Amino acid sequence: MLKAVCLREVRLAARRPADALSGLVFFVMVGSLFPLALGPDSALLRQIAPGVMWVAALLAVLLGQHRLFESDWADGSLEQWVLAQAALPLLVGIKVAAQWLIAVLPLLIAAPLLGWQYGMDNASIAVLLAALALGTPSLSLLAALGAALTLGLRGQLLLTLVVLPLSIPILIFGSHAVTQAQLGLAAEPALSLLGACLCLALLVTPWAIAQALRLALE
Amino acid sequence: MGGVAFSSLHLAVSGWGCVRNGRVLFRQLAFELASGQALVLKGRNGAGKSTLLRSLAGLLPWRAGALSWGGQSVRTSDAAYQQQLAYLGHQAGMSDALTGLENLQFALAMGGIAWNPAQAAPVLHALALNEVASRPLGRLSQGQRRRLGLARVVLSERPVWLLDEPDSSLDDAGGACLGQVLAAHLAAGGMAVVATHHGLALPQALTRTLDLSAPREATC
Repeated sequence: MLKAVCLREVRLAARRPADALSGLVFFVMVGSLFPLALGPDSALLRQIAPGVMWVAALLAVLLGQHRLFESDWADGSLEQWVLAQAALPLLVGIKVAAQWLIAVLPLLIAAPLLGWQYGMDNASIAVLLAALALGTPSLSLLAALGAALTLGLRGQLLLTLVVLPLSIPILIFGSHAVTQAQLGLAAEPALSLLGACLCLALLVTPWAIAQALRLALE
Repeated sequence: MGGVAFSSLHLAVSGWGCVRNGRVLFRQLAFELASGQALVLKGRNGAGKSTLLRSLAGLLPWRAGALSWGGQSVRTSDAAYQQQLAYLGHQAGMSDALTGLENLQFALAMGGIAWNPAQAAPVLHALALNEVASRPLGRLSQGQRRRLGLARVVLSERPVWLLDEPDSSLDDAGGACLGQVLAAHLAAGGMAVVATHHGLALPQALTRTLDLSAPREATC
């Protein structure tokens, strides 16, 4: 069942590559436009790098995942998920995990390239990667919750209103960790907080998403 | 086809009422189904056939009444009960971007059934799906999608079939095939609730009819 859901997501992503890669394109575009617009002031770029990278990652994840359940809902697949042998929260969790691997993991691979563009040193980039690895799964789960809650509604305004406030702690801890590393201070406290956010999101959101999907099906 | 026999089953509904968009669609609905029986839902458009099927599937909470499965009272979204159901709604429940076979394999995996080509081949053959099953679903006609949806239900090995207008957009041969598939399922001890505007090619002894647009005390 784990294999079946992952295989389906991979196949769907392979048939519609534009959807799967839109987040990555957004991330790289926003990340590379800032240095172009701000000019070659390396001290300023290094200073704003953590914030810019995290805002780009946050928006890339939220925008990439806002239609996560849309096609499954429209073609009736979700009804079948409710009647499936495995529990709905588990299926939802696997789907979000598969989507994270397909759509968000490329962001982590592209992040060092962007980091060098901002003149970050390797130690800070390592912390940036750790922070993104801990933070983006929570963002994916929150985005999926927003996608489930706004299923069947037009427009993304509501999704943004629902998800953005919840994702702000992750943004703060994530960019804080990288800033600390740049200043030569310990990044572990912020990373631990990101890990705690992830644990909380893993515990709560799959059930919340499943309930939201059941409501959307009524 | 099928090849699974179900032990004796019993589904009973009493005093049922459903509300949709602030309107009472039906109330005091009652019926019983045992192994090998089919219930045919009839009624004008908007009479509540789909709503009844969706609430039987546990997708929609019912407002009043009780549902019992095998003598046990069931609440909405009871997992053990829902795993007995194969539901075919207006949509096939399959993704347009995947081929028919990929969709079927996924649907069976979700139902906890291993894909068995030897078992699937006769079903696909009977539904005339051999050639089209390898094409993406988005390129198939409505009737072919309907047939694939039926193939999913047949292969699901679940005892209770809830079919919402399975004969819509099916041609004559498809309609006859639907009748055969249903008859085989009932003969194996399964049960079915089917909403339809056209008759089903099923023996009269096995079917009961519930007309939702008839005056309210609809019982059978």
